Amino acid sequence: MNLTLEIWRQESPKAKGKFETYKVQNISADCSFLEMLDILNESLIDKVQLPINFDHDCREGICGMCSLYINGRPHGPDDEVTTCQLHMRKFKDGDTITIEPWRSKAFPVIKDLMINRNAFDQIIQAGGYVSVTTGGVPDANSIPVNREDAELAMDAAACIGCGACVAACKNASAMLFVAAKVSQFALLPQGKIEAKDRVKAMVAKMDELGFGNCTNTYACEAECPKGISVSNIARMNREFLCANVK
Amino acid sequence: MKSILNYSSLSKKYVMAVAGIFLMTFLVVHLAINLCLLRNDDGEWFNAAAHFMGTNYIVKFFEIFLFLGILIHVLLGVILQIQNWMARPVAYKSASKSTTSFLSKYMIYTGFVVFVFLIIHFMNFYFMKMGWVEPTFTLNGEEPDFYLVAKALFANNLYSIIYIVLITVLGFHLNHAFQAAFQSLGLNHPVYTPIIKKFATIYSILIVVGFNIIPVYFLFCNA
Repeated sequence: MNLTLEIWRQESPKAKGKFETYKVQNISADCSFLEMLDILNESLIDKVQLPINFDHDCREGICGMCSLYINGRPHGPDDEVTTCQLHMRKFKDGDTITIEPWRSKAFPVIKDLMINRNAFDQIIQAGGYVSVTTGGVPDANSIPVNREDAELAMDAAACIGCGACVAACKNASAMLFVAAKVSQFALLPQGKIEAKDRVKAMVAKMDELGFGNCTNTYACEAECPKGISVSNIARMNREFLCANVK
Repeated sequence: MKSILNYSSLSKKYVMAVAGIFLMTFLVVHLAINLCLLRNDDGEWFNAAAHFMGTNYIVKFFEIFLFLGILIHVLLGVILQIQNWMARPVAYKSASKSTTSFLSKYMIYTGFVVFVFLIIHFMNFYFMKMGWVEPTFTLNGEEPDFYLVAKALFANNLYSIIYIVLITVLGFHLNHAFQAAFQSLGLNHPVYTPIIKKFATIYSILIVVGFNIIPVYFLFCNA
């Protein structure tokens, strides 16, 4: 495959970025999207040019590090996959591919396509945990959990925190991420104890960091590589309402 | 009390949703009154309904909430939208290809059109009711004859066409608004949410058809 790539280049967080066009040739259709970028970077290094910075780690679709807004969709044209699991067979020979970083006030660009998602860590630090006193490991099944709730909590916990929800949302809202993190605890007895404080703290942090507000467009759900449902957002809306009323 | 402007994003959405649901309920009452225009009774029913709405104390009490509802809904809608625009200072080069509900993306614009419609509507009817504007037609020389006011407005084809277009835009706004209000209030259910979404479509179609049937009637049947 021969492709034309329009890639966002930005030297530093404060530098003014711009799109640059690159040509890649003889790319295998079985190549992953990130491998294609590796090939491009190798060729740039050979030409003594700066390679393109992009985030990646596990390349197995579970770490949440890869990002990239590809041709108008976070993680590209495939459904429920991360960029690292996107393959070039999803494109056609001769295609022009536009690659941009996630765009959000809360996710500033560090360099090129690499963004700072520390805002998500700050939201987790605000309440996305269960306080435990150290000691012996409790017996399994000592706290009974309804199977349906366990399944729903597990579905919410599938969130890898990649930020595709923010990238896809026209408002750059982090609602799906925060809702998934609130839900995975709110559904389980261990998490219920701190549920009220948690939802209040995490929503306050989300607002403080400058994410947009949810307008129920559901682009987040459509683009989430882990298929997190917007029913989690409704759950967070309920949790927050109850936490503030009672 | 904390100012409403300092509420969390979620609280603002609750207020938006509750105000919106109240306004949607009022629209049904308004439609019922408007449909009286279709009776061939020289406006007897319509004027009686308008008189009741203008004088009944319970209605007057709810009128306060109606205006508060409009004010808060518009104010919060604008604030939330400005925050949303600010949340993405650098726009994407490629247009979004994400699968979303189409109408949900244009709520601020359809909302603006509805607001313009409201201003026109207030100038034509509400100001007259309040006595701020000299009535163009009166019953017994004093009270405005809203039947004749409406009839005169709908006799103007341009007004009728603008009315039909604006009401249709209102329908687009309502279609998303109805189901979004439930989601914002946390009411999402595997069985009931699809029903709510269908009902939202039916409701918005009924509102559009119901209100628009009147100018169409005056355009074609009562010329």
